Amino acid sequence: MGDWSGYLTLILQGAWVTVKLTLMGSALALVVAFIAGLGRISGHAALRWLATGYIEFFRGTSIFVQLFWIYFVLPMTGLWAPTPMQAGVLALGLNVGAYGAEVVRGAILAVPRDQYEACTAVNLTRFQRMRHIILPQALPLMLPTFGNNAIELLKATSVVSLISLADMTFQAQVVRSQTGNTLLPFVTILLLYFAMSSVISFAIRRYERRVTRGLDGVR
Amino acid sequence: MEWDWEFAASIMPQLLAGFRITLIATALGAVVAAVLGLVFAILRRSRNRILSRGTGFVVEFIRGTPLLVQLYFIFYVLPDLGIRLPALTAGVIGMGLHYATYASEVYRGGIEAVSRGQWEAAKATNLNARQTWIHIILPQAVPPMIPAMANYLLAMFKETPLLSAITVLELMNQARSVANSSYRYVEPMTLVGVMFLIVSVISVVGLRWLERRYGGVGK
Repeated sequence: MGDWSGYLTLILQGAWVTVKLTLMGSALALVVAFIAGLGRISGHAALRWLATGYIEFFRGTSIFVQLFWIYFVLPMTGLWAPTPMQAGVLALGLNVGAYGAEVVRGAILAVPRDQYEACTAVNLTRFQRMRHIILPQALPLMLPTFGNNAIELLKATSVVSLISLADMTFQAQVVRSQTGNTLLPFVTILLLYFAMSSVISFAIRRYERRVTRGLDGVR
Repeated sequence: MEWDWEFAASIMPQLLAGFRITLIATALGAVVAAVLGLVFAILRRSRNRILSRGTGFVVEFIRGTPLLVQLYFIFYVLPDLGIRLPALTAGVIGMGLHYATYASEVYRGGIEAVSRGQWEAAKATNLNARQTWIHIILPQAVPPMIPAMANYLLAMFKETPLLSAITVLELMNQARSVANSSYRYVEPMTLVGVMFLIVSVISVVGLRWLERRYGGVGK
């Protein structure tokens, strides 16, 4: 039992990798979600088709298959050989981004039509309309679902342990195989995962309260 | 690396054998999720505060931690406590338990959508709790839930590759064993992706039909 602190350090190192993956994956997912979400409601048919194809493809196959495809198949095509970390962030970002794109689209379409008409009336450009009128009203609608998506992303990071990236789940497996103790490592990481997802939902609720301030009675 | 049709055709029987296990696991997992989800939903409505709070916490905990780790927990920790399960059974229980927490939210939404008058009418006609649930509440609450449930069924189907991590020989595991023995990743991984895509594209069409048939209630 004396070695337990050493094993705990190992798991905490894994936890740091999980946190990094979650943050980078979420950042990529957010960018991709806005690009694809805006693409789906764009005026250009080609952009719309491209965005729809991307969304359907990444929502239709599982994160596991996408990760393996990026990590094992992509290098064989000779294009690019990602490191496990790059493959993980890419797969997580693209997968969750596809779900996020639908959220972005839904929220923007939920802004009432008269807001658009008012923008035309006061002669705003398309960019100004998006930046100052539509997005500030659409963002609060997106946040709760984005929070859920971030938690789904955190949970999905455990899959990268299967391409031997040393995240929390991977380290728990290492501890299990070295000590033969199963209960302690798995209970530890379950608690850590739960703590992380609680932090995400708490942070989203705080941020939600900030952006909805002053919107009472508008909707 | 080029695509080899002959090789692709030669590995199809093995992949289809895995696909059969994938479908079996999904079907059994769905049954477990549907039954356990209802149990969670009813316990959460219990008037006993300890019972309802306790269930609420368990549901939140399971939702906040990765399915992969839960599968490891069932597969590696339970045998140490004297419960030895075959891999497929462990997988079905893990997936069923995980998705039961999602299903319980759908049940909760559906049950809360049944108007108060129905409960009062059941009381007025002197039905006991069991009769109220079976004859009055559930027949009205279940149909609006069907689209949301089907959505989670599809999500669960896409998570089945995780079962390969606990040695279930489903589609993804068959593909990995082909890849490891032949050193060809392109065909097996791509075929797995295509199979998932085919099933989910068909399912999306089915989902749209369900949504039209049963309406978008039960959210």
